[in-house]
Amino acid sequence: MSIVRALKCRECGSEYEIAPVHVCEFCFGPLEVVYDYDALGEGFTRELIESRPQNMWRYKELLPIEGEPTVGAEVGFTPLVRAKNLEKVLGVKELYIKNDAVCYPTLSFKDRVVSVALSKAVEFGFTTVACASTGNLAGSVAANATAAGLKSYVFIPHDLEVGKVVGAGVYDTSIVAIEGQYDDVNRLCSEIAGKYPWAFVNVNVRPFYAEGSKSYAYEIMEQLGWKAPKHVVVPMASGSLCTKVDKAIKEFVKLGLVEDAGTAIYGAQATGCSPIARSVKEGTDLIHPVKADTIAKSLAIGNPADGYYANRVMKESGGWSEDVSDQEIVDAIKLLAQTEGIFAETAGGVTLGVAKKLIEQGRIPRDESIVICVTGNGLKTLEAVQDQINPVRTIKPSLKAFDPLAEADLAANK
Amino acid sequence: MRLYLTFNHKNVREPLIWKLAQEFAVVTNIRTAEVKEDMGLVGIELKGKTDVVEAAVAWLEQHGVHVEPIEQSVLEG
Repeated sequence: MSIVRALKCRECGSEYEIAPVHVCEFCFGPLEVVYDYDALGEGFTRELIESRPQNMWRYKELLPIEGEPTVGAEVGFTPLVRAKNLEKVLGVKELYIKNDAVCYPTLSFKDRVVSVALSKAVEFGFTTVACASTGNLAGSVAANATAAGLKSYVFIPHDLEVGKVVGAGVYDTSIVAIEGQYDDVNRLCSEIAGKYPWAFVNVNVRPFYAEGSKSYAYEIMEQLGWKAPKHVVVPMASGSLCTKVDKAIKEFVKLGLVEDAGTAIYGAQATGCSPIARSVKEGTDLIHPVKADTIAKSLAIGNPADGYYANRVMKESGGWSEDVSDQEIVDAIKLLAQTEGIFAETAGGVTLGVAKKLIEQGRIPRDESIVICVTGNGLKTLEAVQDQINPVRTIKPSLKAFDPLAEADLAANK
Repeated sequence: MRLYLTFNHKNVREPLIWKLAQEFAVVTNIRTAEVKEDMGLVGIELKGKTDVVEAAVAWLEQHGVHVEPIEQSVLEG
């Protein structure tokens, strides 16, 4: 049963019927899906959710699709890891990693938003889907579209690394590389989205796409034993995930599925692209656009569309925002890998690095539950750490060559 | 074309949208605006021939205005 009521402008409150539209015709404000929660009645319970398959669609009533999903039916329900080793290092009592580095099928949380966007695109009757991306989104759109029998276009900057092109191209998508600076590529993609009859996942079906992020937070609360965490640290690119984690928690509280824990939401950015963090720290709600210069390329959005709303979520929830340098990002990737065996992409390094900083600053207390959001896999950003791992020791193929090495390690207590 | 224009502390006091309409055959239709001392944000629709609108956008950028589609971040990670 769908309880989706309408699309509503976040700025002026105008309402629109459900359709592939994304901005208010009156004031250009972004549109958001709104629900009639009362229509759910008494039947939407913890027991009902627990009885369903372990994927993001166990919360389908709170996602903006009609009936069953047609794309990405297996996406979600990634591990929430109790990070005992990292707790000791950071000196905190209760720490969790929500690990979307292993999200199916393309190893990032983008599979959540894309599966909602494409399921909705099929409902609307689109046969071609598209996106503009420098990494995770491209791979997710290409893979999920192919699996669903949809034609896809992926637009990329002309100088994108080969590995990332292959990560989308292998799924037989149509890749178009665009020459020019970031702003030129961005603007052309907007024009293409306006002209062609496609479901452009983060343009005309963006209101539905963005709602997929809520499943990440629903899972956290269920996996905590139907509890909202006290503190959540979220990576920020556009700032959308920050707002949707907040929305998901409020929905579960409203529906009586969890008690209100007064969850504080913290946003993490790389120093080389930190317009939202800067606005929070400077106490303003204006987002000054920046030119991104960071190894955390999946977070490199210089003028984030949801920056204002993310800023407001952090302020109203009692959270905060911080940023970390490229070296701090690499150090945090290594720390997570070497304590918990989780290899996160650079965005994960940003989130852990910022969490560490906020704990050290005393902004996040050490004796309350903390969830750190890891949204992508380190195998996609190998270049960030490839020069910073232990040196490889090459030997001849004989025990005679290996024994002294093993003895030296034993002596050094490695 | 529907755009967000961001003005900085150097150009926020200049009548650049008026000058734009003088220079180019485009219809300017402001839909939202917030102007503060050191920056301004304007949601605007520019209507005209494609090449004239593109030239108008380039002119705005030459005058230090940050120009983005209303979706802002279409290109994601």
